[in-house]
Amino acid sequence: MPGRFPSTASLTLLLALSIICPAKAQVAVMGKSVYTMAGLPIKDGMVLIQNGKVARVGKARDIKVPDGFRLLKARVVTPGLIDAHTVVGLAGAYNSPHDQDQIEASSPIQPDLRALDAYNPREKLIEWVRGFGVTTLQTGHAPGELVSGQMMIVKTTGNTVEDALVDPTSAVAVTLGLAARKGADKSPGTRSKMMAMLRAKLIAAQEYLAARERDDKDGNDEDKEKKVRNLGLEVLVRVLRREVPLLVTAHKAQDIANALRLADEFKVRLILDGAAEATLLTEKILTAGVPVIIHPSMIRAHGEAENASFQSAAKLKHAGVPVALQSGYESYVPKTRVVLFEAAIAAANGLTFEEALATITIDAARILGIDSRVGSLAVDKDGDIALFDGDPFEYTTRCVATIIEGKVVSDTPR
Amino acid sequence: MTLAHFSVQQTSIGIVVLLFRCLSLAFATILLSGFELQARPDVKAFIGAQCIPMDGEPIPRGVLIVGAGKILAIGPAQTTPIPPEAERVDVSGKVLLPGLICTHSHIGGHGGADSSAPIQPGVRVFDSVNLLDSGFRRAVAGGLTTLNVMPGSGHLLSGRTVYLKLRGGKTIEDLFILDKNGKALGGVKMANGTNSRRKPPFPGTRGKSAALVRAQFIKAREYADKIAAAQGDASKMPPRDLGLETLVEVLQRETIVHHHTHRHDDIMTVLRLAKEFNFRVVLHHVSDGWKVADEIAKAGVPCSVILVDSPGGKLEAIDITFKTGSILENAGVLTAFHTDDWITDSRLFLRSPALAVRAGMSRQGALKAVTLAGAEMLGLRDRIGSLTPGKDADFVVLSGDPLSVYTKVLETWVEGKKVFDRNDPKDLLHAVGGYGAGRDQDPYFCCQGGEDAQ
Repeated sequence: MPGRFPSTASLTLLLALSIICPAKAQVAVMGKSVYTMAGLPIKDGMVLIQNGKVARVGKARDIKVPDGFRLLKARVVTPGLIDAHTVVGLAGAYNSPHDQDQIEASSPIQPDLRALDAYNPREKLIEWVRGFGVTTLQTGHAPGELVSGQMMIVKTTGNTVEDALVDPTSAVAVTLGLAARKGADKSPGTRSKMMAMLRAKLIAAQEYLAARERDDKDGNDEDKEKKVRNLGLEVLVRVLRREVPLLVTAHKAQDIANALRLADEFKVRLILDGAAEATLLTEKILTAGVPVIIHPSMIRAHGEAENASFQSAAKLKHAGVPVALQSGYESYVPKTRVVLFEAAIAAANGLTFEEALATITIDAARILGIDSRVGSLAVDKDGDIALFDGDPFEYTTRCVATIIEGKVVSDTPR
Repeated sequence: MTLAHFSVQQTSIGIVVLLFRCLSLAFATILLSGFELQARPDVKAFIGAQCIPMDGEPIPRGVLIVGAGKILAIGPAQTTPIPPEAERVDVSGKVLLPGLICTHSHIGGHGGADSSAPIQPGVRVFDSVNLLDSGFRRAVAGGLTTLNVMPGSGHLLSGRTVYLKLRGGKTIEDLFILDKNGKALGGVKMANGTNSRRKPPFPGTRGKSAALVRAQFIKAREYADKIAAAQGDASKMPPRDLGLETLVEVLQRETIVHHHTHRHDDIMTVLRLAKEFNFRVVLHHVSDGWKVADEIAKAGVPCSVILVDSPGGKLEAIDITFKTGSILENAGVLTAFHTDDWITDSRLFLRSPALAVRAGMSRQGALKAVTLAGAEMLGLRDRIGSLTPGKDADFVVLSGDPLSVYTKVLETWVEGKKVFDRNDPKDLLHAVGGYGAGRDQDPYFCCQGGEDAQ
């Protein structure tokens, strides 16, 4: 909103890069407004990052920048942004077969597909979103198959996926609704069949788990068949043990209800995703204690998302549902959305500035279970920071620098 | 102190205006019940908004007077006389902008040519536009008043486009923009690059694409020569050919070619063909336009640019950038933006100029790019695109800075009639979305309902 940030000419200091020492990981960031997301915003604030971690946060006047630190200044400073659901790295910008690894259509249920085996850390789209302050992604297999594969959490930097990894198996991706429906002669062809197939698979995982536990107890391995490792069921066992959630992409209210019923039957952790019609079921979602990674604010009002709203995030959040935003999956142009832009539209449609910022920082971190490391600027958390030359949500504001674990990974205003 | 005084004063003015409006509403109701509709004054004065007319400098506190569907006057509130019969509308603190013009939209369906041939100039998109498509409701919610609805880009030439005024209506004729002979205006959609490279009978290469187009234009020239040679003698006229008739209009520079093109070499191919056949052309999308900005400027050809949130999605758009607008502007190219709706959302059309400003374009140039520049590219500069007396009363009432994410389109007016009102719950549903906003809708005779009841 106009006037939220000081706008005198003297404050147009943008980014003052005083490179005192090229050595890594010792960075001081000064901001006219520092949104730590771990308390009230700090006016004229300072964040020190040492060895990749936040070492101090406070008023600039109270913190002396140690010798050898690189000092960056900006109008607005926020934690590095988190995109709670994307497919970049598996899906590439060229949109040609050679760079599209986000969906494998050979079978409708493939929980054994690991995201990390398909991730290209040098993908152009990763560099693109990093330039807008995005430092953490949950990425992996796309919506479009009943169980399309695994999701993982990475930082938007690194030469190899191992460098980037935060969590190699953050969720198993499930799609309900039209997007998961196969052609006339293949299953699943209906919603009922989708649910039957999912239930049968989870029951198989229950039996697989039971057989393992029985063998462990008996100390004998007579049931040789059950000892054959099944990669898919191994992952689903982790789902049954509530170690890994199901990330269920569903837009229509009936599919959202199906997801809630499934989670209740198998007592698995559920994260609703997309959920264009979630506001029709707010009470049920709230009662089930299920968080929602809501559709990109600017999702096209077509197909099963035809009833999506710019206000979805605000309505759910204000009802008490934990909400994160996402860039989602795009099959054409643009090949990816930018989660910062999606939060901006949410901020202009019912969320307050800080609520909208939370959907791409601390609230996203909590939903993904990584809030001990990222999502806010607090001592001992990762030194991931985004710097802006004004209100980050304004169309005309630029992200002037991005820092990951103390390393300036982008300093071209974008 | 001054500020406080000001706001108190504003409030009392507001109350007076409100009372006046209530009274006139009551009066109008009495009139309506007993007399003709025409007894209501048609002249309206919108007072107190920042007016951005696009044909001159912004007016900080202006007045816009409209009547009979046209703009009658515009000027500073203090010095512009308001006709006594005018209905006064207080728009203090708001911003008035000419109605937004989208030079490239696919609302209402992609209908145009089918897959039988790569060049089908006999096909008209308006024969397949679904007027009940909810996209029309979203377009007025975004402040759009004029659209160039086009067939798709999967053909070298996919048919005639249609220019539509978003008046609200039940048939396509209700939305037509007519020339002085009563003919519906529109352009011709062409495309090159990868979209139109398909299986036979479509071309397989860029060289073949250009050859097919050249052959077709040569045929049209010959057709035009035969018509000219007939000198009006019906017995000597060649048989009617809908496709060639269209191309003759293009050769005679009556009809503008709207040409989808992304890659720098494809852009140069369009310029080469336009030069050879001397047709009027607007380059659309121009993802690589920034690489050949000087060449485009030298050719004097305008560009309608798409802005999307990331590069790629297709090979030809891999180098697309927010900077295109700024680079073209600096090169002296007439530049517009378009939604390409459904590619981008008409409700958020003002994002495009704003993101261009983020990347260095001037504010004035960016706003021109969604108003006056578009009017020029559609050949409608005399009728729309700026708040100029004599032009159609197409305008948008905004809650604030047109380039701010927090700004809302409050009202959209087409030819002096309100077609979108954010205060109307039915309109709001389309502005923000929600259950019931999808699929086909009623025709959008908007705003306090009723007019469609007749």
